[in-house]
Amino acid sequence: MDLLEYQGKQLFARHGVPVPAGQPARTVQEAVAAAEQIGYPCAVKAQVQIGGRGKLGGIRIARDAAEARAHAEAILGMDIRGLTVYELWIEGASEIAAEYYASVVFDRSAKAPLVMLSTKGGMDIEQVADESPEAIARLHVDPLLGFQDFHGRRLAYEAGVDDDVVRPVGAMLAKLYEAFVAEEATLVEVNPLIITPDRQVKALDAKVTLDGNALYRHPDNAQLRDRSAEDPQEQMAKERGLTYVKLDGNIGILGNGAGLVMSTLDVVKGAGGEPANFLDAGGGSKAEAIAQAVEVILSNQSVEAVLFNIFGGITRCDEVARGLIEAFEQIKPTVPFVVRLDGTNDVEGRELLAQAALPNVYTESTMDAAAARVVELAAGS
Amino acid sequence: MAILVDRNTRLCTSGITGREGTFHTLRNRDYGTQVVAGVTPGKGGQDVDGIPVFNTFHEAVAEQGANTAMIFVPPRFAADSILEAEDAGIELVIAITEGIPAHDELRVYNILRKNGRARLIGPNCPGILSPGKANVGIIPAAFFREGNVGVVSRSGTLTYQIGNELAQSGFGNSSIVGIGGDPVPGSDFIDVIALFERDPETELIVMCGEIGGDAEERAAEYIAAHVSKPVVAYIAGFTAPPGKTMGHAGAIVSGSKGTAAAKAQALEARGVKVGRTPTQVAELAMATLGAAST
Repeated sequence: MDLLEYQGKQLFARHGVPVPAGQPARTVQEAVAAAEQIGYPCAVKAQVQIGGRGKLGGIRIARDAAEARAHAEAILGMDIRGLTVYELWIEGASEIAAEYYASVVFDRSAKAPLVMLSTKGGMDIEQVADESPEAIARLHVDPLLGFQDFHGRRLAYEAGVDDDVVRPVGAMLAKLYEAFVAEEATLVEVNPLIITPDRQVKALDAKVTLDGNALYRHPDNAQLRDRSAEDPQEQMAKERGLTYVKLDGNIGILGNGAGLVMSTLDVVKGAGGEPANFLDAGGGSKAEAIAQAVEVILSNQSVEAVLFNIFGGITRCDEVARGLIEAFEQIKPTVPFVVRLDGTNDVEGRELLAQAALPNVYTESTMDAAAARVVELAAGS
Repeated sequence: MAILVDRNTRLCTSGITGREGTFHTLRNRDYGTQVVAGVTPGKGGQDVDGIPVFNTFHEAVAEQGANTAMIFVPPRFAADSILEAEDAGIELVIAITEGIPAHDELRVYNILRKNGRARLIGPNCPGILSPGKANVGIIPAAFFREGNVGVVSRSGTLTYQIGNELAQSGFGNSSIVGIGGDPVPGSDFIDVIALFERDPETELIVMCGEIGGDAEERAAEYIAAHVSKPVVAYIAGFTAPPGKTMGHAGAIVSGSKGTAAAKAQALEARGVKVGRTPTQVAELAMATLGAAST
């Protein structure tokens, strides 16, 4: 789960990571009231999860209430690379003497948290990593040992931060690490980490990704939402416990098991089609879940044909067939369906479909043939 | 021969009294796996269809000589159960549970690695099947028979799809190992490929990868340096968009990293043939070993 900047900063503040004082706002009135309380100059910042929002007009400095109002009016509702701005973060403008970069990343290949620090902050860190990898100091921390003060000093010296801020920067890394562990994050990133002219260290931005599997231990974090990133179909699928990702094409896909669904997307694309979604109905899906999944797929207006690709292990093909028949009773789809059933109870499943004689439903016995068929049908409709 | 599970396996299921735990444990026993015990705290002294239930792994090991654990408990109890099994002296822990917090996985991985006593397969995996010998987990055994192809995979159903294509081409399997789709698997491709390399029954290794992480790239390096047997690979997710988690917690293309194309390229550069579809994997296997050589 990716947090918005202000949600990340509030999380930082709980762990003693210094951040500029600020307030969130959802309306122009709230924004002006926040600005008045914080004082001027202040920054009016669009809350969307996208890099480079400043360059796109999503971050503006207000010097008085009139400017705060004008900026809030301009930014709220704004479209930034396809995301609508529903929330603002108003914070006191910071003076900047130096911009650094700091992060703690869940490093899967090393099986350890990776802490990074660079004096080349304020720009795209991937670009820095490509162009001058030596400018980023990196250190893996043994998760059983945890982050020690010497780790912070080592990183600060290696990154070449100004001598007078070695200690505060190291201390900030320790607090970021503490937040990473305590909140069960998979990413905590500060870019830029700023040094003010009076030599204070602050997190001017916050990018935090939390582990969705751990949210049951963090009920407060589980409440956090980002309206701008919520797709209505993805929301609908989530409520039904389905794993759904919306894509750009016109062929709806349903399969069981993440790997098989990914493979199905590839095979459909290889056959010249464009998938409209990823949908994993999961293991052991019952008829009702299948019917709900069909509803989610068809709620996307771009869908012109649907492919069911099922290899039954725990999932029983007759249950899938029953679900499809149920879905046809409830929603009477107008687009063609191609169904490939293989594995546990496949014969029974195919028989059920044959008896039901659903309009516009075609069965195929292999994944390749099913993909070719659905591409043909989508093109023809 | 086979790897990891065979006729010497003495299985103890953690969470044996749960619905899924009972169902799959009994299925595993029906297949011929020696199921010697189950663990559910508070239900010691009961039995599940004749299988004795203990309160602790330590009792299951002491009284029944369990040497393999299968973890079926819910995510919030899974890390503790894995560590208990290891502490009791179990050598192989197979964790089926899906949805374990990533930091729990990180802690468990590092403790097991430091102690060096037990091997963990999974979590979030379908288990291990050695056809004709033992089945531990949820792999539908009916699709597979004994043979000379070792399969290691991050995905369950995709394994069945590829296994089925191989079976239709006349191949059987030495062992099928699901390592799981989570960010911190207890065992990686490399760990399992090393076992297949040493297994005399295995003549061809098939690895099924997917987007996310760099396990396939590291496997490619390892294969080039240490593996004499032919390896055929498949990677799912060529058309996956960046930044979206595709079902598995570990399946995500982040930035320019973890793409299927990069993985295929890394493997092909080191002489591993990569099928672009599951059907192609079977074709490559046939081209490598000859049709129906088993």
